[in-house]
Amino acid sequence: MFVTPGFAQDLPPALDTAHTVEDPSHGGGAFPPFETDTYPSQILWLAITFGLFYLFLKRVVLPRIAGILEVRRDRIAQDLDEAARMKEEADAALAAYEQELAEARRKAGAIAQEARDSAKAEAEAERRRVEEALEARLEEAETRIAEIKAAALSEVDTIAEETAQAIVAELVGGSVDKRTLAAAVKAARH
Amino acid sequence: MATDPIHQFQITKLIPIEVGGLDFSFTNASAFMVATVASAGAFLFLTTSRRGLVPGRLQSISEMAYEFIASMLRDAAGSQGMRFFPLVFSLFMFVLVGNLLGMFPYFFTITSHIIVTFALAMLVIGTVIVYGFWKHGLGFLKLFMPEGVPAVLVPLVVAIEVVSFLSRPISLSVRLFANMLAGHITLKVFAGFVTSLGALGVAGAAGAVLPLAMTVALTGLEFLVAFLQAYVFAVLTCMYLNDALHPGH
Repeated sequence: MFVTPGFAQDLPPALDTAHTVEDPSHGGGAFPPFETDTYPSQILWLAITFGLFYLFLKRVVLPRIAGILEVRRDRIAQDLDEAARMKEEADAALAAYEQELAEARRKAGAIAQEARDSAKAEAEAERRRVEEALEARLEEAETRIAEIKAAALSEVDTIAEETAQAIVAELVGGSVDKRTLAAAVKAARH
Repeated sequence: MATDPIHQFQITKLIPIEVGGLDFSFTNASAFMVATVASAGAFLFLTTSRRGLVPGRLQSISEMAYEFIASMLRDAAGSQGMRFFPLVFSLFMFVLVGNLLGMFPYFFTITSHIIVTFALAMLVIGTVIVYGFWKHGLGFLKLFMPEGVPAVLVPLVVAIEVVSFLSRPISLSVRLFANMLAGHITLKVFAGFVTSLGALGVAGAAGAVLPLAMTVALTGLEFLVAFLQAYVFAVLTCMYLNDALHPGH
């Protein structure tokens, strides 16, 4: 099964037979690339095929590929521009946001300060009010103490007079002049 | 005859045409030129027909080929060189697809014929000469006179430059032709060993493994060469066109 002749040996191409029948002078061992009588045909067909190929590429294919690449390049540039524009927008928005944030912070600080100040003022006023009230009550109390003291002192005189009169009446018998007693009490107390 | 490694380069007439004693027959070489042009053109045309903003795989191949050649030409010849872009791109695609088609078994390799590669090389050099004189007039001859050369050396340098210029189409065409020719002959010889050793029985079949491995490796190498030679052809074309654009350098 290994011993099969090469495919090439088995199947000479159809062209080969055609060639040998038609033009036996070619096959005789001459080196094909140097057979000058094939040159006109080769040059002619090369010129035709390569010429058409060149024109086809130049007119159709290359402009098309160039167009594709151009469109892609434009598209990429456009997308990059768009991205840059969006980034700028985002930056602007960020800056605006930060500014607003700072503003809000400043406002909040002001409000807090105000609240603190007003609370302090209120507390101060309250304190003052309470102090005033206390003072008033203190004064009132003091006057009442003075009144009571005065009253008590005046009653002390009466009690002393009465007591003195009673004592005098008991010891001496008879009554003593009230005016004398009062004078005596007064003299004794001072 | 079929094992003859040269046989694959044989040209056979498919449609005999003769004009004025010259043979213009449509041959197997012509057929493969048509196939090369048709497949390359169809590929480039069909893969880009969707004009996708986001390219598919095949469209990417066409775009990569385009940008590959465009940057090659721009690097070598500057942005003015882009006027030759269709020429360089056509040459690259033609040589590349011709080489690759030749890698199919039983297919004819159009670039394995010196007349084809020489015609392509002459197209390049002809473009360089015509455009050079059209654009710069006699100033194009400065190409043969590098600046800053001492007067004594001028004749020698000019002679060297002229010879080097004249040898360009030869080296350009022979490089491609010889690479394709030699590669295909080598491949055929090693593949022939496989069949002839295989015909010797079991031991021969076992021995045929070596040339078979060699054939596989050479096939890979030939694909590389197919691409590389198309690339080299295109690069050299770019450099020669640069001379037409800037002969003073």
